[in-house]
Amino acid sequence: MSLVLGIESSCDETGVGIARLHTDGRIELLADEVASSVDQHARFGGVVPEVASRAHLEAMVPTMRRALAAAEVDLADIDAVAVTCGPGLAGALLVGVSAAKAYSAALRVPLYGVNHLPGHVAADTLQHGALPSPALALLVSGGHTQLLRVDDLATKITEVGSTIDDAAGEAYDKVARILGLPYPGGPPIDKAAAKGDPEAIRFPRGLTGPRDARFDFSFSGLKTAVARWVENRERDGLPVPVEDVAASFQEAVADVLTMKAVRAAHELGIGTMVLSGGVAANSRLSSLARQRCAEAGIELRVPRPRLCTDNGAMIAALGAHLVAAEVHPSPLDLSADPALPVTTVSV
Amino acid sequence: MLVLAVDTATPSVTAGVVAVDGSSPEVLATLVTVDARAHGELLTPHILGALDDAGHALPDLDAIVCGVGPGPFTGLRAGMATAGALGHALGVPVHPVRTLDAIAAGTTGHLLVTTDARRRELYWATYADGVALTNPAVDRPADVPADAPRRAGTTLYGDVLTMPHTGEEYPTPLGLVTAALGQLDRPARPLVPLYLRRPDATVPGTRKRVTAP
Ligand SMILES: [Zn+2]
Repeated sequence: MSLVLGIESSCDETGVGIARLHTDGRIELLADEVASSVDQHARFGGVVPEVASRAHLEAMVPTMRRALAAAEVDLADIDAVAVTCGPGLAGALLVGVSAAKAYSAALRVPLYGVNHLPGHVAADTLQHGALPSPALALLVSGGHTQLLRVDDLATKITEVGSTIDDAAGEAYDKVARILGLPYPGGPPIDKAAAKGDPEAIRFPRGLTGPRDARFDFSFSGLKTAVARWVENRERDGLPVPVEDVAASFQEAVADVLTMKAVRAAHELGIGTMVLSGGVAANSRLSSLARQRCAEAGIELRVPRPRLCTDNGAMIAALGAHLVAAEVHPSPLDLSADPALPVTTVSV
Repeated sequence: MLVLAVDTATPSVTAGVVAVDGSSPEVLATLVTVDARAHGELLTPHILGALDDAGHALPDLDAIVCGVGPGPFTGLRAGMATAGALGHALGVPVHPVRTLDAIAAGTTGHLLVTTDARRRELYWATYADGVALTNPAVDRPADVPADAPRRAGTTLYGDVLTMPHTGEEYPTPLGLVTAALGQLDRPARPLVPLYLRRPDATVPGTRKRVTAP
């Protein structure tokens, strides 16, 4: 049995999670505390790195104290410290990495510098248990849009596809702005779309031509198409049907994401898919993924919304997988790597 | 009392172990690397290395003294996040010290202390016998008061600030602990960074059109 601390600070959430690795391999979540700076970024329409970094420094120790209290454990009980060392915002990552190194040194326990992206996949194992091998992961958030093949969560992850321009969540933020909806754009667009017609406007599906990359995504053209459509309406003096535009935009995003993910699972012969990341909570994306996976005979696993967004629990979970797999810990001169490749699960 | 001193508000990654007996600090070990890009990487190894050189380990510490800037933000936070977490994990107080005060600590006479604020500006404060006369500020070199007969801290902009440079270029463990002497026997004050600048961020104006108006 082993108690693993997870620290996350790659974007705008300061997260501390505590997980217990049981001798039978089961990973139990004991605490998942998050301090978010999202409200401080709202008026800027996107995450401001320096604002996020300042918030991380302020929140780190208080969030840690809350997590320890929630888990009803002492720091002295901790057996390993895992921390996101990339990818992410350089200044933000550095706060978590610095704190994690200090906790690891003071507690004299191993340190694991881990990759944020497999962390999103590991979060699912907290809810649904061990993942079959291989599995496919579709990660969709403000920062990432990726299809990963997961052979072993602790050691072997390969990228199947990713966005070539904007992340899907970024497209949500930009379209929200076009429609005069608040930041972050995901929840208000989802809400508006519920009352709109998803077939009202046929927005383009990026990279779906016969000669386009089969598993990569592009959302920049979609965002521009929405802007053009709205501007043309305004030019013609017509009202903008916000609910129809939101529903049609959301349909285009969900359609291309799920189509390509199911295609990848089919072509790679993979029977299990994990859908995670902040946008996984989107109602249309998850319902379309459920429908298409069911039709294709693929088991779909979607962690509860709280586990989908950035948090320390996912990093504690990934750390527990590394401890279970007896992966070598990281050195104390570990540094943050904003561009850490997804194939590097731990440093 | 065994004190760990850290500062990352300048290009120097500074760690040291200092024994304090009453009001006389004695430096047992210092480990310093001057590399503005290595704060996050090297600070914890330096702390452990300095403790090792002093014949001690982290659990022996009674207090931590941490420089709180002003300094370039990312580097500054590496030291403060490290000190904050160490203090929590070890259950010892973390005493904040202004980095410029640490450079001025123990000096005599009228002194200007400057450190590199990047973007062609300097962080600065003036001192009389090591006691601050001004609060730290950030200005272009030409706007920094040049009435002190000597300067310490960075040697940058010697063409503008022409008085002789004496004293330390970077904060030292001895300077950090000396500047903290009056507060070591009191409860630690909050560990708050001195940024002196607001984050670079602009509220977006009207959205750019993608179609011709
Ligand atoms: Zn994420």
